[in-house]
Amino acid sequence: MGEFSIFPARASTVAGEIDALYGFLLIVGIGMTIVIFFFVFFFAIKYRRRGPNDRPGLIHGSLPLEITWTVLPFLIMMVMFAWGTKLYFQNYTPPRQDTLDIYITGKQWMWKVQYPDGQREINELHVPVGRPVKLTLASEDVVHSFFIPAFRLKHDVVPGSYETFWFEPTTPGRYHIFCAEYCGTNHSRMTGWVTVMEPAEYAAWLAGGTGGSMASQGEKLFQQYGCVSCHLSDTQGRCPSLRNVFGNPVVLDDGRTVLADEAYVRESIVNPNAKIVKGYHRDIMPVFQGQISEEGLLQLIAYVKSLSRPIPAAAKNASTTKAKQ
Amino acid sequence: MSTTLQPSPLTGERPNYLNADYGWKSWLFTTDHKRIALLYLFSITAFFFVGGAFAVAMRVNLLFPDGLFEHDTYNKLFTMHGIIMVFFFLVPSIPATLGNFLIPPMIGARDLAFPRINLLSWYIYIAGGAFALTAVVRGGVDTGWTFYAPFSTTYSNTHVLLAATGVFISGFSSILTGLNFIVTIHKMRAPGMTWMRLPLFVWGHYATSIIQVLGTPVIAITLVLLGLERIMHAGIFDPTLGGDPVLFQHLFWFYSHPAVYIMILPGMAVISEIVACYSRKRVFGYGFVAFSSVAIAVLSFVVWGHHLFVSGMSMYASMVFSFMSFLVAVPSAIKVFNWTATMYRGSVSWDTPMLYAFGFIGLFTIGGLTGLFLATLAIDVHVTDTYFVIAHFHYVMVGGMVMAYMGGLHFWFPKITGRLYPEGWAKFAALVIFVGFNLTFFPQFILGYLGMPRRYATYPQEFHTLNVMSTAGASILGVGYLIPMIYLAWAWMKGPRSPQNPWEAKGLEWEQSPTPPPTFNFDKPPIVREEAYNYSGEEKEVWLD
Repeated sequence: MGEFSIFPARASTVAGEIDALYGFLLIVGIGMTIVIFFFVFFFAIKYRRRGPNDRPGLIHGSLPLEITWTVLPFLIMMVMFAWGTKLYFQNYTPPRQDTLDIYITGKQWMWKVQYPDGQREINELHVPVGRPVKLTLASEDVVHSFFIPAFRLKHDVVPGSYETFWFEPTTPGRYHIFCAEYCGTNHSRMTGWVTVMEPAEYAAWLAGGTGGSMASQGEKLFQQYGCVSCHLSDTQGRCPSLRNVFGNPVVLDDGRTVLADEAYVRESIVNPNAKIVKGYHRDIMPVFQGQISEEGLLQLIAYVKSLSRPIPAAAKNASTTKAKQ
Repeated sequence: MSTTLQPSPLTGERPNYLNADYGWKSWLFTTDHKRIALLYLFSITAFFFVGGAFAVAMRVNLLFPDGLFEHDTYNKLFTMHGIIMVFFFLVPSIPATLGNFLIPPMIGARDLAFPRINLLSWYIYIAGGAFALTAVVRGGVDTGWTFYAPFSTTYSNTHVLLAATGVFISGFSSILTGLNFIVTIHKMRAPGMTWMRLPLFVWGHYATSIIQVLGTPVIAITLVLLGLERIMHAGIFDPTLGGDPVLFQHLFWFYSHPAVYIMILPGMAVISEIVACYSRKRVFGYGFVAFSSVAIAVLSFVVWGHHLFVSGMSMYASMVFSFMSFLVAVPSAIKVFNWTATMYRGSVSWDTPMLYAFGFIGLFTIGGLTGLFLATLAIDVHVTDTYFVIAHFHYVMVGGMVMAYMGGLHFWFPKITGRLYPEGWAKFAALVIFVGFNLTFFPQFILGYLGMPRRYATYPQEFHTLNVMSTAGASILGVGYLIPMIYLAWAWMKGPRSPQNPWEAKGLEWEQSPTPPPTFNFDKPPIVREEAYNYSGEEKEVWLD
């Protein structure tokens, strides 16, 4: 530490890969710059004007040269393109399972962090080494951008939609979180720290005080907003039950099938008429657009998630028992 | 009260566009493209120094990790720097001054096709500028020059509407200039001036004009929608009203990415002229350089998505935009190679405009190559919205465009003023600008990869050293821009008179039009009998194998 480097700390599984690609681009870039500078100055000196009556001969051009310096750079650029695209898809596609899910809400000018077990922090994020972490990013107001240079990753946080962001930390330490999309007066103070810990330390940290898990906070909201009367204990068939919905496909009244993920649940709360489940009617459920804070929405989602959590495991058990038989 | 004077018998000057008429009316009501070019020249120079003053204030603030000014003040500084430099300096810079002045004489025309529209475009530009400056004087704007919604539509409490109106209005001046150039280049070429004999300066401006005419309406529409949402809560961009913030980014960049080619293509156009003249050679691969401008104009419309790689846009869309962004780099690279090859077996002089051309080629190469980093998806995720982008953009716009503009101003200074500038001072200033520029912006590449976000009024301690270097460079760069202001103003008044063609350059504007040109550019209608850049005077075509 303390010595000068052109690379920030590397603390995620992808940081090394990004730096390798960056290194490749640097080598090509510096190489090309040297070639151009060399020829400019070589020609400018070798063919410098010797007298006012210099009359160099006419050269129109050279087709082979034009083809060379069109095709060759293009081919090199295609390597950059392929390599960069591969890493982008890899780094922006979260693993399907076994992720540690954390919820981030950006608002002018702070990052609110909520953990499934109920811890909440502001401008601090704690994660363990060696486990993929999936962040769901929401914004209360304007566009922000969640940026951790040590992980070589950022993603815009766009109001009105959820963005997902994942990484797997590799090195314990404290690293900067920056807001990278200009968001108003204290944009440059919308910063924080991500603390990467050894798994044991992390478990100890998690065990420290909590005001109830996110799901239990969501359950309170679920009752407070009256969702419970239709969506869990309904007897008149007005609304679909939310048991075992999350993570499963839902058939809509227009015949489409969508996956009930965070974005789907959020949309169904703030704008219920956007997608109607097959067999139900629109305009029954009130529109909650602007009524529930982004944090509250995330808690509600955590609760809806908890309503279906045991089921995949049970289903798995059932199928394995079946297979055994 | 006649202000019209005969050419002064005392100086014995021949009649030209400068002494044809005197008094403020002869300037403010002129339809002479050369006088309008000068109106533009003085206006954009004023805006350049206003925008530059904001940049100096920003760099002073960034001398200290905790900043010097209030955060809101800093936010207004970078916003106004961006708005003024992009919309009121870079977009009109070369086309409205050098292009306006030179396209008619270069193609052998008496004036542009629509002289009155040309004057109108300047008035529209000034009206737009007045709105923008009013926004500055009344307290400024803090949205960033990109006006991202919903911050600009709902959250900002500053003069967003005034500034946006200024940009909206000035867009029409850009459209009119582009339209005028397209018609002029199509319809007013002298006998013998075929398309493939056009100077590359004209080709570059033709490509620029296409983008101006097709792209600018989109920013106008976008700003109208922004205004509707800010005033009437129309619900187009703000999600709480049912809008989509990413839609704003698509619309904004649909113009603003092509706009960076509006800014750089005329710079490339100038460099082609300078490299040919100071190498005494026809530009190597003329056809490739000419059509690369057109290729850039076309491709520039399909790369805007590379500003949205981290915005949550579909990853497959990102992939397509990444590919297109690499593709648009090819014609730019072709130009750089051809300029370099033009010097091969030439007679290269190291006069001031050529120094600027060397500077342009070098800095544009760095600016272009760092653009490849931003086109590479995975790298862009890390460096977008950091100082890496700032450095890249300034290498292209200041290192490229402003270098070309300075080179062009020196190259055609005798043509415009009839006088010669002091070569020693000019070379010195070019060197100061080159050194100051690199010291200002090179550290910003490193800052960016280290993770310093752009638009930060304050920053962590570890970025201090590089920021101090950058500010030191900026002070050198600032001095570098002041020196030419002084000696060019002096030379205009007192400099030695220039012969008609002091650089022995080819081209109708030097060979057949007197210096400075008369109001209608030529004493007798020009006829073109040779290829462009026929420096060696040979008839037969020679191809390298």
